[in-house]
Amino acid sequence: MSSVRVLVGTRKGAFILMSDGKRKDWTVSGPLFAGWEIYHMKGSPVDPNRLYASQSSSWSGQVVQRSDDGGATWNAVSNKFAYAGVPGTHQWYDGTPHPWEFKRVWHFEPSLTDADAVFAGVEDAALFKSPDGGATWEELKGLREHGTGPRWQPGAGGMCLHTVILDPSNADRIFIAISAAGAFRTDDGGKSWKPINKGLVSQYIPDPTAEVGHCVHHVAMHSSRPNVLFMQKHWDVMRSDDAGDNWHEVSGNLPTDFGFTIDVHAHEPETIFVVPIKSDAEHFVPDGKLRVFRSKTGGNEWEALEKGLPQKDCYVNVLRDAMAVDSLDKCGVYFGTSGGQVYTSPDAGDSWAPIVRDLPAVLSVEVQTLQ
Amino acid sequence: MTDAGATKGGPAIRVALPYHLRTLAKIESAEVRLEVAAPVTVRRVLDALEARYSMLGGTIREYGTGQRRAFMRIFACEEDWSHESMDAELPEPVAAGREPLLILGAIAGG
Repeated sequence: MSSVRVLVGTRKGAFILMSDGKRKDWTVSGPLFAGWEIYHMKGSPVDPNRLYASQSSSWSGQVVQRSDDGGATWNAVSNKFAYAGVPGTHQWYDGTPHPWEFKRVWHFEPSLTDADAVFAGVEDAALFKSPDGGATWEELKGLREHGTGPRWQPGAGGMCLHTVILDPSNADRIFIAISAAGAFRTDDGGKSWKPINKGLVSQYIPDPTAEVGHCVHHVAMHSSRPNVLFMQKHWDVMRSDDAGDNWHEVSGNLPTDFGFTIDVHAHEPETIFVVPIKSDAEHFVPDGKLRVFRSKTGGNEWEALEKGLPQKDCYVNVLRDAMAVDSLDKCGVYFGTSGGQVYTSPDAGDSWAPIVRDLPAVLSVEVQTLQ
Repeated sequence: MTDAGATKGGPAIRVALPYHLRTLAKIESAEVRLEVAAPVTVRRVLDALEARYSMLGGTIREYGTGQRRAFMRIFACEEDWSHESMDAELPEPVAAGREPLLILGAIAGG
């Protein structure tokens, strides 16, 4: 019988939530790595028991943990993330040059075909790859060195490479996104990169349609249509039908198009989910109501999903990596909040229930569908 | 509480680590003991510590620069050694194993 394993990273440790295919009764394990920030955890699609966790603190820096038994036991692997060559400078908040400095891993993306290969998106923005389960890391320097790097600038959360999407139909194609630089694509396995931000409009930068400088918050893709991308930008929900070469806005009737997270239904590539946040000045849901918005038309036409979610006095945030979907017949949707709740919907968003209510602030949510 | 890595003879350097680094290294004791050749310095102690517990690499001092991480502090014989040279010889009671070298996380927010 199928089951699901939900990997939750929080400000003060990691948690693993398990359920059978009904997704009604849950067991909660944790905290793992108690007291540390867990920015992200993710499992290998090749070997689901191979998990990676990004563990960090302001005191002791970055640690990378790996489990080979589905999270029962963990061992630290290499945390040496050395930029290739002399990394140079990017822009600081005030526009002055600032040297590249490694701070933490924001996102792990395990290979679709090799259980030992995994990518790491880091702050200050760069993409690393390990061919050996995290024993060693090497930067794919073509991204940082492709030419626009000196114009990248940190967003409020730092200059982070937070999104890594591997094209299941083309092993040489990878999409990444950086706050605040934008989205980028390689078509040769990471050797060369180009910005893919045409159509993005950001009023908060000197040139609103610049090649780079956009604060892209997250990008999502359905594996059956790798040329169709959905983006939650700082403001604006965007869509591309040509692998990022051109974008157009699909915010439509959303109550606000600011937000962090976005995801796609596991079986319906035109069904997408966002959680609108009031504004960049007020990082909580509008009107005190926690609502997921779903579009079944690939954007523009959105419906509020609120059954089972708090509809008054709620002021939580949902971060960029804190939503995920499972691949059971009835697609399950999951998200975690800054208030420590993790909600699940076993019916693609029609109804919701909390799995847990009182964890530390949730930074990331990933789900594995296990057979 | 016992210590980890006690040697059978001769003085060993005693090192007290903060809670989070003990859990990271799966050290159950309050202190670890390390063989460090004279002259005993912070650099040599950290070299020996990281050689035994590789997962502590990068957590007390930065990769690349080798400098102490900003929020980590080092004390010996009730004196703050955080800003001393990593190659300065530590006090004799630490070198003789009578006093521990204390590595602490700075008190800085939650």
